[in-house]
Order: sequence, then structure tokens, then C-alpha cells
Amino acid sequence: MAVLIQFQCYHCGDDCVIELVKDDKKFCCNGCLNVYTILSNGGLNNYYKLNQFPGANQNRETNKFNYLDNEEIAAKLISYSDTEKTIVTFYIPAIHCSSCIWLLEHLNTINPAVLENRVDFLKKQVYIQFNYHQTSLKQIVALLDQIGYEPLISSQDVVQKDLAQKDNLITKIAVAGFCFGNVMLLSFPAYFGLSAAEENYGRVFSLLSILFSLPVVFYSGLDYFKRAFYSLKQRNLNIDFPLALGITVLLLRTLSDYIFNTGEGFADSLTGLIFFLLIGRYVQQKTYHHLSFERDYKSFFPVAVDVIDTENNISPIALDRIKTGDRILVKNQEIIPADAILLKGNALIDFSFVTGEAQPIKKVWSEIIYAGGRQTSGVLELEVVKPVSQSYLTGLWNNAAFQKNSENRTKTFVDKVSHYFSVVLLLLASLTFLYWLPQNWQTGLNAFTAVLIVACPCALALSTPFTMSAALRIFDRNKFYLKNTDVVEHLAAINTLVFDKTGTITLTNKNEMSFIGQLSLQNQGLVYHVCKQSSHPLSRKICEYLDANSKPVIENFKEITGHGLSAFYQYQEILIGNSSFAVGATTNLASNCPTVHVNIDQNYLGYFKFEQKLRPGFVQVLNRLNTNFKTFLLSGDHEQEIALFQKTFHQKDNLFFNQTPQNKLDFILNQQQQNNKVLMLGDGLNDAGALKQSDVGIAITDNINNFTPGSDAILDGESLTLLPNFIAFSKACVKIIHISFCIAILYNIVGISFAIQGKLSPLVAAILMPVSTLTIISFTSIATYFSAIKHQLKQP
Amino acid sequence: MSIIFFLIACSIFLALMFLIAFFWAHQAGQNKDLYTPSVRILFDDEIVDKDEIK
Repeated sequence: MAVLIQFQCYHCGDDCVIELVKDDKKFCCNGCLNVYTILSNGGLNNYYKLNQFPGANQNRETNKFNYLDNEEIAAKLISYSDTEKTIVTFYIPAIHCSSCIWLLEHLNTINPAVLENRVDFLKKQVYIQFNYHQTSLKQIVALLDQIGYEPLISSQDVVQKDLAQKDNLITKIAVAGFCFGNVMLLSFPAYFGLSAAEENYGRVFSLLSILFSLPVVFYSGLDYFKRAFYSLKQRNLNIDFPLALGITVLLLRTLSDYIFNTGEGFADSLTGLIFFLLIGRYVQQKTYHHLSFERDYKSFFPVAVDVIDTENNISPIALDRIKTGDRILVKNQEIIPADAILLKGNALIDFSFVTGEAQPIKKVWSEIIYAGGRQTSGVLELEVVKPVSQSYLTGLWNNAAFQKNSENRTKTFVDKVSHYFSVVLLLLASLTFLYWLPQNWQTGLNAFTAVLIVACPCALALSTPFTMSAALRIFDRNKFYLKNTDVVEHLAAINTLVFDKTGTITLTNKNEMSFIGQLSLQNQGLVYHVCKQSSHPLSRKICEYLDANSKPVIENFKEITGHGLSAFYQYQEILIGNSSFAVGATTNLASNCPTVHVNIDQNYLGYFKFEQKLRPGFVQVLNRLNTNFKTFLLSGDHEQEIALFQKTFHQKDNLFFNQTPQNKLDFILNQQQQNNKVLMLGDGLNDAGALKQSDVGIAITDNINNFTPGSDAILDGESLTLLPNFIAFSKACVKIIHISFCIAILYNIVGISFAIQGKLSPLVAAILMPVSTLTIISFTSIATYFSAIKHQLKQP
Repeated sequence: MSIIFFLIACSIFLALMFLIAFFWAHQAGQNKDLYTPSVRILFDDEIVDKDEIK
């Protein structure tokens, strides 16, 4: 056999098996060659000079975008359109390097109808303005697809609106920071004491400070009043109540000090307080532009489906317009959009994402195929029996778990504490006032307001956002993406872990295959070529496993459904199939996994074993988790290979097979009713209900651009081994918050001891607040840093 | 000493200008994408290989 010198594809860098040469450059497939041709004709060779092998491999089936000509569907994607131009933003998962940016911003050289386009690299979005008289949305998308950047189009909007933009937080911080700086400047003379001659300067400075604090209170700080009002309405005093109270008292005190000329007022503390609080809120908002935690089945299903009408015309129709009785076409690798009956075609459906079954399932004529499965061989014609929203799978979303808000989950630490904090604070302030009242009502009022000012829980309000955002960054670096900061606290409270099987703890598409017995190189070739003619999922796996080094002529190929394959090669009979079919196998083999036996020319050679492969390191992870947590396995798959899991999950009672999505949800609910805090790890649509119901639902995925069901967090499969560390670290974070709360209380005690005596000067307040804030911020940052190192989530 | 009032007015006016400039920049979307421009600025009009020059 000639030794082939391996060349790397000029476009994508993969090894070239067949040689395609153009301009002295080698390509691995026609797709890559096409992209190169388009680009070099357009004079865009720079694409290849910015990075080596920048392209994505094009060796796949091209998708059709005919549905984009349907105006109803197109209208959903277009963000703006007038007589001159149309604006559209696409999410393109393939964007990964500077060549991508360069190429996508030069679309104009390939298609002159593109007026302007810009790439947002971090969001992986491209914004395109085009002239729709000269081109169409479909052509733009087809062009993107041709050059290897297929946009992800789904019926649920992937291009998300910026949340931070919506509530103007940045603008509010800018106003507060601007006013805070100016007020500080104006307050400084007063800190050093003004002589009697300079008294009138002081009055002007105070007036200016008051003017500066008005926009801070009534624009930047307005949200605190709103939320405090809501919390009063619900009779539960949250952290916003003492904050709003503090702000109000600060403003009133400052005004009265100016009017009655009794002091310089607290404008500096007031503006500073709101400025710091807003920064805390900004830090807490972390958005992952490329991740979505709210996806439901709509973003998993295709946008449009090819429907065959009575005159046999095929036209794309939006998914939610599909009716019962429609005849639809589903091509290879497409998803069945609705429960339907098979009319025509070779149906081999991969349900791993929907039910958890690891092996694709063969369906025959007139059988019902449930929505959500992926067709893996050829074109199918189906008749819809149930509309999309009522199908077996999507019916899960009608469950109560999807209706309720997450509000009735465990309250966060700050929520719990601030209720009592507010009550104690009001009590203390009133007592102080009553104590002073008989002696001097003015000192009493002074002390009353001073207590409310100094005890304003600025540090308390900041400890959670700063700790949690630091934690989120640590998690993020370890490929664990949390929806928001509350999840950290929920994670810390977990005592029960529930795992899904297929795709979660086993790797999908990667079975551990082995051949037990002896198979010569020549026989390997024979088996390969026999299996190649079958579309059975196991045959396909064997083909992937074996090398095709020779080209024997196989004759008389037969496939006996449910048994195996038979064929002849030079009068040798080849039998590949189950143990009774391939004669000679020991039938009582104690195997819990699928096996395929081989018999060539009356000689039994051995069998292939397909074991499901656990994620690397999972056994060790589970052993660590078993010591502290209750662990369960919920699988939608059959009970095969139970032995594999009995070894890892210690309690046999904790393994559940053949679970429907509803069963999983009910199981979680049941655990919660026994006062367990449940963490659910799942990956597929069948786990969606359980993920939603659980206290912390983690969706696990090997490619974060893939679809994941709605969840609290998304975990990259590689980082599953770190799960015990993540839980321990979140516990540490909660502890850090508790400690910083104690520090904040200490500062408060110092401040209040001044305030009760009626001695709180604006200077003390102005020093105490930033100092306490700074202490808290630096403590939480340093503490999270060190505990991250301790839990091996960060290199020192 | 009353010159200080004039100076304060000047400083506040200047600071306000900066604030307005920030608002304008923010509104215009300059803070939306803080990464891509850093890559974009490095693109030359045409990259020529060394051996192509010969």
C-alpha cells in the first residue's frame, strides 16, 4: 500500500484524503474548494493571510433557505426596512477569529447589494444592511452559508436585546458619578472648616450640592423607591426598603440643614451612596450574549417546514402554521417538527435528545413518529397528526412548572436578613428619638435621622453583588455559565443530585466499541463493506470503527430485519448479526450491552461490543459527590447496561430507567416535598421539565453553541469533573457573604454609637460610608480569589 | 475671592460638556462592542506575502 503524504486543506486545515488542487493549494472537499473560489474571485485572499486555516470545514450537506422567501418568516428576522435598505442581524456561531471579522465585513465585494455590515465578535453577531431591490434575504443567507458562516435562525429570537441598555443603568451611573464628584469638590472646604468671613461661600456650596443631589435621587435612585414601595406592598421588607429610607432621610436632612442653616448637610454621602449602589448593581448584571437560558422547544425546532399541497407542490410554511393532516417533507439531519405518521421513506430516527434513548430507532410505514427526533437517513414524507404545540414532547411546556416564576424558590441570604435588619433599624431609631425627646426634641430628631443615615445598609447591599460577580467570573473561566448571581446561593444549598443518562453522563455518539476475538485485516475489510450497505445504526458504527483498506466485491447482500446481514465474498458466506444469526456464538453471554457477532465462512470469529462511554472522570466525581450528597440517575433509556451504573451509583434503588419527561419532573417535585434541595443535570428536551422544577437546573453540553433546554446554568461537558469543586466554592462564597455582613454590622455599630449620642457630623458619615464600602469590596474580592485557589478553580 | 464663583461655574460647565459627550457616545452605541474595533484597526488594506513582492 502506498504511503500517502498527508496534506492539510488550505481552507480548514483538515487532512486531505482525496486531492483537490487549485492554484497550487490543496483542499479536503468540494465545499472548501468552493469557498476558496468564491473568495479568490472576489479578491478576498487576505482571509487566508490573517490566520492559518481560518475556514470551517465545508464537507457537509448544504441547507436550503427557501423558507426565507416566505414574507411572514422573513419579517420576523428583519429588524428595520424602508424603501432603500433593509437591516438584519444574524447570530453566527462559526465566528471565531480575526479572519472571520475581516471576511464578514467585506461581504460587499462579493455581493454589491450589501450596503454596510459590521461584526460584533463577542456576541458573534453580524449586522447587515442591504438593498432589497438588488438582492433578497435568502440570497444573503445563502451567501453567508456558502462562505462557511451559516447563521443560526430559529423561531425564538437568538439576537437578544441588550438588557443593560434597557434600564439605562450606565446613564444613571454616569449622572450619579458626575454629581458625586462635583459634590465632593464642593464639600471639601467645609471638611477643613470655614472661617466666619467665608460663611457665605459655604452657603453657596451647600446650595450647589443640593442642586447636584436632586438628579441623583430623582433620576439615578428612583428605582430604589419603586422597589421599596413594592416590598412594602408585599409586606416583606427587602434590602431596598432601608436603602430608600436612608436616601429619603439623607435628602430631607440636607434640605433642612440648608434651610435652617444648621450644618453643611449630607449631600456628599447621599450622592456617594447612590453611586456605589448603582455600581454594585452594574457588577451584578452579567450577560452572556452567546448563551440563552430561556430556550424552549421552539428554538430547537426548525423555523419552517416543507409542506406538500394537494397538487404536489412543495412550499415552506412557518412552523406554527402546520395543521393536522398536512403532508410534510423531512430531509436527512432534519428534526421532525410535529407528531406525524410515516408515509414514505426510510425512517431511522435519533431520539437521544428527546427521550434519552442512545440508539437510533427504525420506524416503518404508518407508524407514529413523535416530534423532536432527528431523521438520519434520507428523505421522509409524513402526515401530521397533532399540531406542534400539542405534540407529545411540547405538551410538557403546559405543565405548571413552566408557568410559575422562580419567586417561590429559596430566598437569598440578603432577602432574609434585610427584613429583620429593617425592623431592628426602625426600632433603634425610634428608641433613640424617645430617649432624647424629654431633654431636647431637636437633638432627638437629629439622632433619629443620624441613626437612619449611618445604618443605611450600603455595605450589606454591596457584599452580595461583589462576591457573586467575582464567583461568576471564576465559574465562567471554568466553563460553567450561570444565569444570574442568585444561582450561586441556590447551588450552595443543594443536598441532592439527579443525573440524566444519555448525553449527560454518557457521551452521545461516542460508544466504547471493541471487538472480542480475532479479526484479520482482510476480514476487517469484508465486514466493513458488508456493513456499509446497511443503514442499521449498529452497522454504521462498525463502519466508523473499522478501516476500509481493501475493496472486495461483495455479492448477494441480504438484510434480515431483526437478525442481521448476510453476504458472499468469493463463495465465503459472511454472517453479521445477533448471536443466533451468526452461528457459533455462545448464546448465554452475560452482556448488558448491544453486541454484533461475526461469522465468516462457517468460522465464528467473535463479536463487537458497544458499551456506552461515561464522560471521562465521571466515576471519580460521583465517588466524591456520594460522600456528601444523595445521588440519583433518571434515564429515559431502557435498562440495558444497568451493571455499568450499579458500579458507580452505590445505591441500586437510586437508578430509574424508562422515565418519561413527566416522570422526571414528578420525581424532582417528590424530592422537594421531602425538603431536599435538588440539583438536576440534564441535556435534552426530555429533561426540560425537571430542569425547570429543580432548585438548580444545569444543562450540560459539549458545544455551548448547541441548543440547550431552559436552565439556571449551562455547563461545558469538559468541566463536569469540577462539579464538586463548584458546589464547594459556592458554599464558600455564601460564607464570605456572611462574614462581610458581620463586617458591615461592625461598621454600623461604630456609626450608630455616634449617631445615638446625636454627634454624627457629615464628615464622619462621609468618611464612614466609603471606608466601609471599600473594606467590603476588597474583602470579598480577596476572599473569593483565595477560596477559588483553594477549590482548584484558579491557578495562583 | 468672588472670582471663585466664576471658576466654579466654568468647571461645572466643562464637566457638563463631558457628561453630555459621554451620553452622546453611549447613545451612538460606542460602548456596545468593546472588542471588535480593536481587531478591525489592525486590518491593512491588502496583506502581501513576502515572496509575492519579489
